Amino acid sequence: MLSYLVRRVVGAVVVLFVLSVAVFAIFYLLPGDPAQLVCGVKTCSADRLALVRQKLGLDQPVAMQYWQFVTGLVVGRDVSAGPTVLHCPAPCLGFSFQTDEPVLALITDRLPVSLSLTLGAMVLWLTIGVGGGVLSALRRGRFVDRATTALVLGGMSVPVFVSGLLLLMVFCVWLRWLPFPSYVPLGSDPAAWAANLVLPWFALALVQAATYARLTRTSMLETLAEDHIRTARAYGLRESRVVGRHALRGALTPLATMLAIDVGAVLTSAALTETLFGLPGLGQLLVQSVNTLDLPVVVGLMLLAGFAIVIGNVVADLLYAVLDRRVSLT
Amino acid sequence: MSASQPLLAPVAAEEARRPVVAVEDLRIAFPGETGEVVAVDGLSFTLSPGAALGLVGESGSGKSATALALLGLHRGSSARVSGRVEVAGVDLGAASAEEVRRLRGRRIAMIFQDPLSALDPYYSVGDQIAEVCRVHTGMDRRAAWARAVTVLDRVGIPSAARRARSHPHEFSGGMRQRAMIAMALACEPDVLVADEPTTALDVTVQAQILDLLHELREESGMALLLVTHDLGVAAGNVDDVLVMHAGVAVERGPVGRVLSAPTEPYTRELVAAVPRIETPRRSIVDTKGVTPSSTVDKNAEPLVRITELRRHFRQRGGLFRRGEPVRAVDGVSLGVLRGETLGIVGESGSGKTTLARMMVRLLDPTSGTIHFDGHDLASLPEKRLRPLRRDLQMVFQDPASSLNPRRTVGDSIADPLRIHGADESEIRRVVAEMMERVGLDPARRDRYPHEFSGGQRQRVGIARALVLRPRLLVCDEPVSALDVSTQSRVVRLLADLKREFDLTLVFVAHDLALVRQVSDRVAVMRAGQVVEIADSDTLYENPEHPYTRALLAAVPRLDPEQARAQRAARRAVAVADADHAGTSEGAGEPR
Repeated sequence: MLSYLVRRVVGAVVVLFVLSVAVFAIFYLLPGDPAQLVCGVKTCSADRLALVRQKLGLDQPVAMQYWQFVTGLVVGRDVSAGPTVLHCPAPCLGFSFQTDEPVLALITDRLPVSLSLTLGAMVLWLTIGVGGGVLSALRRGRFVDRATTALVLGGMSVPVFVSGLLLLMVFCVWLRWLPFPSYVPLGSDPAAWAANLVLPWFALALVQAATYARLTRTSMLETLAEDHIRTARAYGLRESRVVGRHALRGALTPLATMLAIDVGAVLTSAALTETLFGLPGLGQLLVQSVNTLDLPVVVGLMLLAGFAIVIGNVVADLLYAVLDRRVSLT
Repeated sequence: MSASQPLLAPVAAEEARRPVVAVEDLRIAFPGETGEVVAVDGLSFTLSPGAALGLVGESGSGKSATALALLGLHRGSSARVSGRVEVAGVDLGAASAEEVRRLRGRRIAMIFQDPLSALDPYYSVGDQIAEVCRVHTGMDRRAAWARAVTVLDRVGIPSAARRARSHPHEFSGGMRQRAMIAMALACEPDVLVADEPTTALDVTVQAQILDLLHELREESGMALLLVTHDLGVAAGNVDDVLVMHAGVAVERGPVGRVLSAPTEPYTRELVAAVPRIETPRRSIVDTKGVTPSSTVDKNAEPLVRITELRRHFRQRGGLFRRGEPVRAVDGVSLGVLRGETLGIVGESGSGKTTLARMMVRLLDPTSGTIHFDGHDLASLPEKRLRPLRRDLQMVFQDPASSLNPRRTVGDSIADPLRIHGADESEIRRVVAEMMERVGLDPARRDRYPHEFSGGQRQRVGIARALVLRPRLLVCDEPVSALDVSTQSRVVRLLADLKREFDLTLVFVAHDLALVRQVSDRVAVMRAGQVVEIADSDTLYENPEHPYTRALLAAVPRLDPEQARAQRAARRAVAVADADHAGTSEGAGEPR
């Protein structure tokens, strides 16, 4: 167990290192000059451009820039901003080229938005996905099964910007049941928080629920065919108990591991949903900063995304070992 | 209600005589691709309270389908069940789902062949037993748990209170089957249905489980329906047998009579095909009527000489600790004489398969030597080994998985020839010849393995092994996946081929009776070591090592009298052992 954790931590560090190198490399291979963008394309003189470049540290060799980034991450660093010197404590992800704000602050500002969106949607997609999957496994080949399969295929194939727009039209324009979404922090008004997030939750959950319903159905059918289910029936357990206690337990175990990884991934990649519903989340920030060649923000977000997925994987493994005692972590 | 008083006694007596299971004209059919497949056809039998009936037959005889029908377990499946099945006075065909549910586990309980898959891996053993108690008796959690511990203790699980918290995978095979039996006992049912309860177990563990079932039956008076393919298992454990073949009852009667003087031709064949451990080797003849020759020269240099052979498998350790290696083969020395058949017996995990694979260098030894024809197979690099490979061939246990399902059997047989560079017309001729020789129609060379029966597939496996005319043929459990009548035909084929091809045979098997019939000499393995090696008849009649004696005492006998005597002997040993130490069950099983 201990050795497992040690290996996973070492693995995570390696993954994040490779990721940051890759992002730096790709960034410098791409056409475009961030200093030019910051300075303004038309109004920028050559002197000013050189100044901006120096200020952003872009005049240094790439390796040096990377080295400074890593030192900042581990021990913090000082950055000169005009006459004053700013200290950026570890873990320092640098400052945005565009806004001069610390990247860490940019991310922590938006994290609650993304967490609210992802976790809420997760509850929904699990409920819909697992419920639909179980129902269709139990009614295999009958109407309910076919209807669920059709819905699932629909959910999978309709992109979020179509289903999201439809939701907005129906609930905000025609029925006027819900406000046009804007983010209200959970702490300030829980009811408004939920009311504003209901539509984004559904839009995001529909896509994911489809996958989960398929998986639950397959996994459930597999488990129902196992010998120990026959035993449970042979010993007179009620069908509800056979399904609820014995079949579901086995069927959901593989799902739990998938869930942990998915949550980590969705956290930073729900840009479409965020943009559509005007939520200032991490996905949106990522798209913006890529468009403006805002390297420090991109690197910071990529590291966060990598970190979330690595953590998701570890949680998945741990969950598996807890849920299925036959699995031992070595 | 005083008027009914005198009536009570006769009613009770009537109740006691009334069969607890009554099956009348049972028919079970499954929808197949080409019309329906009838698994059971017109079967009738009754089981009185406390009686024991054996349902015996080969695979596909319909015995398991019958067992499932007794608990109404075909409900909700595609099977069509007709006829009348009555259990504890309830007509299963007419009863509601709820009535059937109440019957299951409470009046009639079932134990299954593979207790690992039959128990839920996600819950502790005690939890699963307690659940059954609560469902049927309305006990509270605490009482149900206490009951679970009691029955686990009753079936001989040591420190039951603690072990009840273990999950099925933490038990050995025998312990798991005990736990399954404990679950069956939980509600003290009137009938126990045991579907091949010991088929997945080693012979000594099998004897323990069967003895336990016997004891429990004596104690509780529950009736037993024992479903088995093994006539020996039936002999010692039931009063009556019903022999089934292709879904039909062929013969029935007291077990002693049916097994000693069967009247139906099918039963006679079946009984004759069972290898008997008490029969000396020389009385077995091959198909040409030739008894095994005694031409083996014991003083000549053996064809294979193995010295201090070891094979350790590294277990996955952690970062900071290295796992103890599993010593699968741990210092074996023996010789295989030219022209003999050497039998290797042992229980699961004893290392017999590992040894067999090293003999043909399918596995590299950790240390030791294997001298074959002047070469040390253990240390020869693969390149120099290749020319020798044609002399070393192997027949595997499961013919279904050891043949490539996507290649025709003709191609599979031809493969060794192709590897050794024969030309195509030659290959066609040899393959046809070999197929004919092992009793397959050469016209079927372009068919795929799934179109053949189990016995035929094993014939393909044998043909493939012999096509290069090897000198040493190692057979690893070559017939244990086959029905007993098919088994005896394949064994006879091997005897024929051995003489014809001048083979030296190594025959690895767990079935002690079978090994006696085919081997000149027998080696007994335990925990990676050979504990005893001797001439076959000597070993079986005067075993020297206590482990060999224990193994032989556990083999089921076909004669019920002998079976009873053996059970008594085992019980005496067990009582004596109880003073010394715990059970030896599961020893050496890497779980």
